[in-house]
Amino acid sequence: MQTLAQRLANPTRFMELSGALLPWVSATAAVLIAYAMYLAFFVAPPDYQQGETVKIMFIHVPSAWLATMGYGLIAASSFGLLVFRHPLADVSAKAAAPIGAVFTLLALITGSLWGKPMWGTYWVWDARLTSVLILFFLYLGLIALRSSIEDEALAGKLTAVLGLVGVAILPVVKFSVDWWNTLHQGASVLRLGGSTIHPDLLIPLLVSALGFTVLFIALHLKAMRNEILRRRVKALTLAAVARSHGASVTAAAE
Amino acid sequence: MDLGPHAAFIWASYAAVAVVLAGLVAWLVFDGWRQGQALADLEAQGVTRRSTSKDAGT
Repeated sequence: MQTLAQRLANPTRFMELSGALLPWVSATAAVLIAYAMYLAFFVAPPDYQQGETVKIMFIHVPSAWLATMGYGLIAASSFGLLVFRHPLADVSAKAAAPIGAVFTLLALITGSLWGKPMWGTYWVWDARLTSVLILFFLYLGLIALRSSIEDEALAGKLTAVLGLVGVAILPVVKFSVDWWNTLHQGASVLRLGGSTIHPDLLIPLLVSALGFTVLFIALHLKAMRNEILRRRVKALTLAAVARSHGASVTAAAE
Repeated sequence: MDLGPHAAFIWASYAAVAVVLAGLVAWLVFDGWRQGQALADLEAQGVTRRSTSKDAGT
């Protein structure tokens, strides 16, 4: 009897399922993000210390969460490729890399734009900011390594190894604010003892985080579909070349 | 809407997110369209996965 993972391992079945899901997931993301923006700009009050600048939190924090979640997805997919040889694991890892890199870049940009009015500087080499920058470079390294190797299977395996080794950065990113004395504030949402953010600001933040997470899922599904199509095109092109080569060999023999 | 003395930083943050994500969505949609076109062109030439396996079998 097949498990759910085994049933979904078939790329053709994945294309059918993702094709049906993608419009609904995309629409859900759009509605949630639109609602989050309404809450952010028309409902959420200014912070007693930061004033209206706290609005940057509603996009910065989800971007930062998805930066780490994206890498976690790559690590899990890499594990799935190397251990279980799941046919879609490599597709998933490859598709997640540019999306994760984009959210990491957005976390860095919005954090910098938040830092200038609050800290007086766009950038400081503290542990949290530096570890997120290293995470961004890791994403770029994964993309560069894969694109530098022509053999798709070899590229997938080598990238998976780097993806698994690089997962060590995730606890550093998460706990950097506890392990070192940083300018970046400590955890205020996901922490022991509960959130320290007032519900008037926390609810828009959670709605925004949910909306951007659903958007990430939609983008990942779309990128996976594109990658499956790309591999089909490559396989068919090779088959066409082989067929025309066979025909020319036959013609030459005649 | 009055966003206070740091409004430029707030708008710049939201603009960056909107522009970068719109670019990512556009790239994914274009890439999907391009792969779909390439696949359709190959199939129009009679190159299909079924024909490939049939050719391989003969």
